[in-house]
Amino acid sequence: MNRALLSAAEKVELAREAGKRTHHFHGGLRLRHNKKISCQDPVIQPPLPASLTVPLLQHIGDVAEPFVSAGDAVLKGQAIGQCQPCATIHSPVSGTVEAIENRPMGHPSGQAGPCVIIRPDGREQWTGLTSIENWQDANPETLINQLQNCGLVGLGGAVFPTHTKARDGRNRNIHTLILNGSECEPYISCDEMLMREQPEKIVLGARILRRTLGAERVIIAIEDQMGAVQKALTRAADLADCKSISVVKVTTIYPEGGERQLIQVLTGLEVPAGGRPSDLGLVCQNVATAAAVADAVVEGKPLIERYVTVTGNGIAHPRNFKALLGTPFSHLVALSGGYTDDVARLVVGGPMMGYPLASDDEPVVKASNCLLALTAKDIEAPQPEMPCIRCGECARVCPATLLPQELHLQVRNGLWEQAQEYGLSACIECGCCDFVCPSHIPLVDWFRYGKGQQRERALEKTATEQARMRFENREARLLKSKQERAAKMAARKQLLQGKAAQQDRIKASIARAENKTAKPGNDNPGTGEQGKLPDDT
Amino acid sequence: MTRNFRTSGAPHMPPQNTIAKVMLQVLLALVPGVLAYSWFFGPGILIQIILATLFALLFEAIILRWRGRPLKPFINDYSAVVTAVLFALCIPPLAPWWISCIAMLFAIVFAKHLYGGLGQNVFNPAMVGYVVVLISFPQAMTSWLPPLALAQQSPELMSVGLLASLKIIFSGTVPFAGGWDAITQATPLDTLKTGIEAGRMVPEIRNTPLFGDYGGMGWEWVANWFALGGIYLLYKRTISWQVPVAMIATTVLLSLPFWLADPDSNPFPLQHVFSGAIVLGAFFIATDPVSGCVSNRGRLIFGVGVAVITLVIRRWGGYPDGVAFAVLLMNMAAPLIDRYTRPRMYGE
Ligand code: SF4
Ligand code: SF4
Repeated sequence: MNRALLSAAEKVELAREAGKRTHHFHGGLRLRHNKKISCQDPVIQPPLPASLTVPLLQHIGDVAEPFVSAGDAVLKGQAIGQCQPCATIHSPVSGTVEAIENRPMGHPSGQAGPCVIIRPDGREQWTGLTSIENWQDANPETLINQLQNCGLVGLGGAVFPTHTKARDGRNRNIHTLILNGSECEPYISCDEMLMREQPEKIVLGARILRRTLGAERVIIAIEDQMGAVQKALTRAADLADCKSISVVKVTTIYPEGGERQLIQVLTGLEVPAGGRPSDLGLVCQNVATAAAVADAVVEGKPLIERYVTVTGNGIAHPRNFKALLGTPFSHLVALSGGYTDDVARLVVGGPMMGYPLASDDEPVVKASNCLLALTAKDIEAPQPEMPCIRCGECARVCPATLLPQELHLQVRNGLWEQAQEYGLSACIECGCCDFVCPSHIPLVDWFRYGKGQQRERALEKTATEQARMRFENREARLLKSKQERAAKMAARKQLLQGKAAQQDRIKASIARAENKTAKPGNDNPGTGEQGKLPDDT
Repeated sequence: MTRNFRTSGAPHMPPQNTIAKVMLQVLLALVPGVLAYSWFFGPGILIQIILATLFALLFEAIILRWRGRPLKPFINDYSAVVTAVLFALCIPPLAPWWISCIAMLFAIVFAKHLYGGLGQNVFNPAMVGYVVVLISFPQAMTSWLPPLALAQQSPELMSVGLLASLKIIFSGTVPFAGGWDAITQATPLDTLKTGIEAGRMVPEIRNTPLFGDYGGMGWEWVANWFALGGIYLLYKRTISWQVPVAMIATTVLLSLPFWLADPDSNPFPLQHVFSGAIVLGAFFIATDPVSGCVSNRGRLIFGVGVAVITLVIRRWGGYPDGVAFAVLLMNMAAPLIDRYTRPRMYGE
């Protein structure tokens, strides 16, 4: 059966079977996991840093409006910024706002933006929290508002506001919630540690999320080598007496933790191009998000801390932290034994899709799942870039079934229409193609550049489109007024002509009368009066 | 204390595979076939491989210099060596030395670098070089040797050792009484073609000791060992299965009805597969990625096309074998095939 040819409704029906058996996605890589090195020690809560930097922009959207200003005292968990419809931003500690200024904000773009700098007072005094203890009876809309007020976003790295996803899901007949616990990138272990240490919280959060969405089932997808995790989660689900939650193991093939790939693995279906998982009746959330949801609803705690892995060959003693947002990475590195001598690159996220960090001064934000320190040896390329030999390795591993070698040439030569046709926008930037290319072409760099260019072109196009519309509207307006004027003129002319004819008739009758009264010889009888006729032109 | 780092885009794991590694895999996979070849036909082939490789590297170096390209990453990517070895495997083992020189000139300079160098060539360079000398020097290109075993058995044939091979290749004179006729013999495909054209029956032609179980004596074993190397490449995923499978399956399926209809004037399907360059071509020549097709469906079509054209040339054309021409013709068609076989994208 070719699942791509099914109708939308049939696909939704089929998606209800999610997790009954697992499927494959195209391509992908078997990478060395390197996760164990950071899982040796239990997660610790680092001591308070000297100051915290909380960026006012932590996900797609606008910069939040700060509620505080320099010198203000803040309490732990106090809302310090918000923008509609974003998730609220809170103070991770009690202390004083030192400044609100532009700083690098741990954003993939590497750009600086407004951040609230807070000096902790060490008292860790909480602000008043509102929890919803009887969430089972609560109105889903109330729960969703609570998520927004607690600043919840997806903690898997995409940081999409949770309340937006939930609200969108409510309108889309979601039947299954997928909790993504398969962090497929090498090195990152924060989700695994969380699932080991707090399975109850994840199950609780899953139940709350299920209620907000009105979904029937929850699937927690974990990697096949996380044996202990499966047991822990299943036990927690049994304890909660929750039959609707099932734990499914998926084969570890990078990038099986990507939303679209995970859905394909669980259902055998592809999310339609340009569509969303909700088109199949599915919503994906990260397991860490679920745990944060439980905190937010049951305890009223806003999102002010997260699990962060600090790892890599460039770190002396890799481990996991439960770190307050705003903690500088350097603080965590120091607690991990510092760097090794040959450290050469810092990455936030995994080695395949993470973004580089220019300085370890940047803060932990909602999106930071892992700080990876790589050594010179890790990133050393064995060969310079060579021309493409069309070996097709890249196409073989591409999970989006694109032809990266063709896309690469199209982007390089600026053939944007062709690149669009060959699916540049469908590229998930997973880096698989890059990793296998024997010619060491930085394919993903080209694709990121190409996508940027395409966005710009799209913007330009809308701008010119708008300009053209404005111009055309103006032309149309001008034309209309011209026509109206012309019509008026014509009407007036007619009127005048009518009047002139009338005058002629009057003149003629006067003339006739005069002719009757006066004797012949009076040759121009009406001239005197003619100029006095009312002139309405 | 803050510390600054240099940034660079993801992924942060450099690829470990290199072009040189890919090419070395191919060369490694050719070793058993080459050894079998020299076992059956004498050391001439080894001399040809060395000659062609030296000429290929020489021309590669000259043209890189001329194009103002760095020598380093290009000269040691082994792509020119692969071209040279594949070419040498196509020519008679005692062809004169200048054959390699001319062929490599055309292969490396014209077919490869004048099209833009590595990865840019439209045609398979080895086949371009081969076809140029095949058309220009038919005499030298058809002086094939019989298998050594045969030469030792039959009183009128001489077997050629290393020194004699060197002398023949470099001086063009044959150090035996009887000259060329004493050492050369037509290839099985050639014999078959002239025999059929002369009105003889295939089973009758095949009865001569030149033929083995399927293909030509000796040749079929060389083909077997090439196939083994090809399977190694498949296992290593250096080549994909589509081209070899399509090519060999088409050869069998297409020649089967002819043979069933008239076994007297059409060779047995497996004979087609195991003689000439079908096996070498299926695993090593038609699988050249640069001049081939990109998508899986495209590769299937490519393999089918090569087999069909080869059989047409063998049956009706002027040459006993047609793999080289078939590959070049399909090279021309490859961009068009690619355009119509783009794989379905995720979610499309
Ligand atoms: S993997 Fe690299 S060399 Fe091979 S086809 Fe793709 S881009 Fe070209
Ligand atoms: S980065 Fe894009 S093109 Fe490359 S493998 Fe991933 S999805 Fe395919």
